[in-house]
Amino acid sequence: MINLEKHVVVILPHPDDESFGAAGSISHFRSQGIPVTYLCGTLGQMGRNMGSPTFANRETLPLIRKQELKNACKVLDMDLKMLGYRDKTIEFEDQMEIAQHLKGILEEIKPSLVITHYPNYAVHPDHNALGAAAIKAVELMDERPTVWAQAFARGFKKELGEPDVINDVSAYFEKKMDAILCHDSQAGGIIGPLKNYKELGEEVLQEAKERFGTEEFFTWQFSV
Amino acid sequence: MKPIEVESVQQCLDDFTNKQVYIHVETTNGAYASHFDDKAYNVGAYVRNAQVTFNQAKIVGDGNAYRVGLKTEFGWIYAEGLTDWVIHEGSKLLLAGHDREGRLMVALQISETPFNN
Ligand SMILES: [Zn+2]
Repeated sequence: MINLEKHVVVILPHPDDESFGAAGSISHFRSQGIPVTYLCGTLGQMGRNMGSPTFANRETLPLIRKQELKNACKVLDMDLKMLGYRDKTIEFEDQMEIAQHLKGILEEIKPSLVITHYPNYAVHPDHNALGAAAIKAVELMDERPTVWAQAFARGFKKELGEPDVINDVSAYFEKKMDAILCHDSQAGGIIGPLKNYKELGEEVLQEAKERFGTEEFFTWQFSV
Repeated sequence: MKPIEVESVQQCLDDFTNKQVYIHVETTNGAYASHFDDKAYNVGAYVRNAQVTFNQAKIVGDGNAYRVGLKTEFGWIYAEGLTDWVIHEGSKLLLAGHDREGRLMVALQISETPFNN
């Protein structure tokens, strides 16, 4: 994994997308002293996970997730800018408005690399919509940074082929786990069983390492 | 939140009756249902900060899960599967139903002031 980026901007809609999807790559960039800024689209206000056992409710969830997000960014040592959209509504916003919003920020930061979701192949409507807006934003720029798009919809490789960027991030496994575990309210579902990952048996740990040990992206090919 | 105490919740509902209130009503099975299980469907709906006045309100149930019906001039607001409640910020009534893993499946919330956006 060799990159000599100037500044990396991560554009994803939910607190925890960064940790699950890109924490290893982010850690890698930070270890090289490359600044990373996270533009987080929403506060995940409409998430249904309320902690396990439940400690959040629909009204306290946004503030709890905001704090979890800040904690994760501290673990990953990256800057955070919250974009202020509402969970589950990004696809209903004016895409060009979001693109212009993002473009304004990108022109200030002047990143060499943008990481976002691959439109239509990232499962959650917010992922798809913010990914599309981010790509639109870069398309509108005079000096375009590289864009890495992350796909994980079922069977995406059949349609898109193999990702061309495959980052082995096993060296950053613990950092990635610590970032994921900052999102305590989202425990249960996926991360519940990994809460005490340090005490898990070698077998479970190995499985987790395999699952979280690589991060794959497609370098976006602009058609215009 | 804590398990629903029916008398207390009924008292709150009575207190909101015949007042202009804001309602948040929601049901969801998550955005990933059909991602994890291709035979599952993603379904969900929410209304946030609908302004209504109801003239009759009742909570009914068997001790595990409850239903709430709010009767308005022209119709009804209904939620089923409610298990927990809490008073938020001193005056907002939050009711929700959670599954075994503590995930929210349904919510009905009533307040005299709008819920934060
Ligand atoms: Zn997400």
